[in-house]
Amino acid sequence: MRNRSNAVIVATVVAVAIVGIWLAMRLQAPAAAQVAAPGQFASYTPSRTADGKPDLNGIWQSLTTANWDLEAHGAGAGAYPHLLGAWGAEPGGQSIVEGGVIPYRPEALARKKANFASRATPSVPGDGVEPPLGDPEMKCWMTGVPRMMYMPYPLQIVQTPTAVLITQEFNGNTRIVRMDWQEETPVDNTFFMGWNRGRWEGDSLVIDVTGLSDKNWLDRVGNFLSDTAHVVERLTAASPYHIAYEATIEDSKVFSRPWKISFPLYRRMERDVQLMEFKCQPFVEELVYGRFTKKPTT
Amino acid sequence: MSGRLRISLGVLAIVLVGASILAARGQLGWLTTAFTGSPAGAEAWTAPKTPWGDPDLQGIYNYGTSTPLQRPRQVSDKQVMSDDEAKQLQSDLAYRLDRDRRDGGAQADVSRSYNDAWMDPNRMRLTADKRTSLIVDPADGRIPARVERKLTPQEEKERIAADLSTRRFNTGFQESYRDMDVGNRCIIRRRNEGGGHPYLPAIYNNMAQIFQAPGYVVIYSEMIHFARVIPVDGRPALPDNVGTWLGDPRGRWEGNTLVVETKNFISRGDVGRTGVVYGNANPETFRIVERFTRVGPETINYEVTLSDPETWTRPFTIMVPWNKTNEQIYEYQCQELNYDMYHWLHGAREREKRGEKFDPNAPDARGGDGAEG
Repeated sequence: MRNRSNAVIVATVVAVAIVGIWLAMRLQAPAAAQVAAPGQFASYTPSRTADGKPDLNGIWQSLTTANWDLEAHGAGAGAYPHLLGAWGAEPGGQSIVEGGVIPYRPEALARKKANFASRATPSVPGDGVEPPLGDPEMKCWMTGVPRMMYMPYPLQIVQTPTAVLITQEFNGNTRIVRMDWQEETPVDNTFFMGWNRGRWEGDSLVIDVTGLSDKNWLDRVGNFLSDTAHVVERLTAASPYHIAYEATIEDSKVFSRPWKISFPLYRRMERDVQLMEFKCQPFVEELVYGRFTKKPTT
Repeated sequence: MSGRLRISLGVLAIVLVGASILAARGQLGWLTTAFTGSPAGAEAWTAPKTPWGDPDLQGIYNYGTSTPLQRPRQVSDKQVMSDDEAKQLQSDLAYRLDRDRRDGGAQADVSRSYNDAWMDPNRMRLTADKRTSLIVDPADGRIPARVERKLTPQEEKERIAADLSTRRFNTGFQESYRDMDVGNRCIIRRRNEGGGHPYLPAIYNNMAQIFQAPGYVVIYSEMIHFARVIPVDGRPALPDNVGTWLGDPRGRWEGNTLVVETKNFISRGDVGRTGVVYGNANPETFRIVERFTRVGPETINYEVTLSDPETWTRPFTIMVPWNKTNEQIYEYQCQELNYDMYHWLHGAREREKRGEKFDPNAPDARGGDGAEG
């Protein structure tokens, strides 16, 4: 009798353990599969918002050098070494592009090189130069998607069930990601920050971006995309302090095939950290409009 | 206490609890109306909360209206109009704001070139409460008198420089980008034209979208793409030496009202002639306190109190209703396509090449009427 009841207990424990392990595997397996760069992050079950979605709220920042150059690059002197010395110099960095290199069409690669040559000698709209000269960042233009995600400035995500706001310190660049929004861009125009539609795929926030301006650059060396670009971003909480970010860029006018970038966003952890104001228009007026002034005033 | 009294009190308590439940459900409209004088519908509506317990202000709003900031002289001391008076004033204002009319001569035509195609239709309607002015305090509905004091020699110098800059701008002889105002320079919207705090109706883009997350309220303005992140977590303000164009806001909840105080404006010398805060007040002594209260499913009452003892003889308060809209907010490009800056500066240099000279007494090159929002 006693042995029998012991056996029942053991069998029950084993059964419960098997079910438990099976449940744990079921719960963990998708999380592990959703991490963008396998091997970089252990599997993680994110904390959730009231509507049950992974909580991406917070202030985040990338730590790559992709804003200088998406591809691998050595350190450089920058555009104005005679004025700025090491202040204006550019850090070396590794590529965030899968496979290392952006697959340009030949004619588009020529445009990239022309962009680079003009990067620090901007045109203004009235010059009538198309495509415009100069890195949009240097001119204090909105810097587009996905560039806003890897510039060396923090960004804040404010997540609601119907719309996700992503706002960046640089120039107050902001996009409203409309959740489960069916329509393509409703106007016959393009947007520097694109037309952003979001959806949840498992635990990833997937953002579909179209309607981008053909004036956007992707970095300071003149990598670019056009108004036919389709960017699909995927944001996956990888720990309380990291978002695994990836973006696939498809633009048959510019690239021979779709290509992908990935990097982590780090949560800014300083006490009371906040986005500071960075209104750059006054900082670029002399550079951009100085040649039209009677006498430069600063 | 006798048994009967205890029973009576018990019955009374049950009746009161029952009545308050019914009242809360809006089923005793006559009772609430009798006590509060407000319609039962308004009582029945309960201000919604976010899942984490903050009052929920979220939505897309339009704060356009033709109700003037200051009470027009034609309605004298009336604070609220009758239906007929409102109808008359609305049509008078619609005529004045009309940009397609052609009765002002060539200069007015030019200044109305942002014609009615640009006009937000909300800009043609009075507020639903038929007030005669957006200013609710002081009672005369007008901006208080400015403080009169003798300018210091330095201030007098700055005033003369600012006047000359204005004359250069108005006569089309801009020397530099510093002769444009902050709006033309795509830095911020002019402070008397909405698109930021105080949020006042303008010709177009009277749109704001409110987002909330634990610890934050964000008000996104369409004009010059401005996401105003307002912490509501009690954190301290930035140190005074940190200057910003739009100020650094801190929010708190008072009941169902979001109260926002904003400071850390850059000083006047860094701005140019039009100023960084409302009325070109002194950014160092200027105070702005805003109150956002959701008063119904479709409306936020936006109340803003402005004060600066160096500028106005007393504080004043403006109330603008924000009404929910089904429209969406779109990207506002400014710096990216700032043809104005090129045309004005390039045009001025071309005129100089032709031998024309700046004359501060020359008539304005732009029309006077209708250019304001």
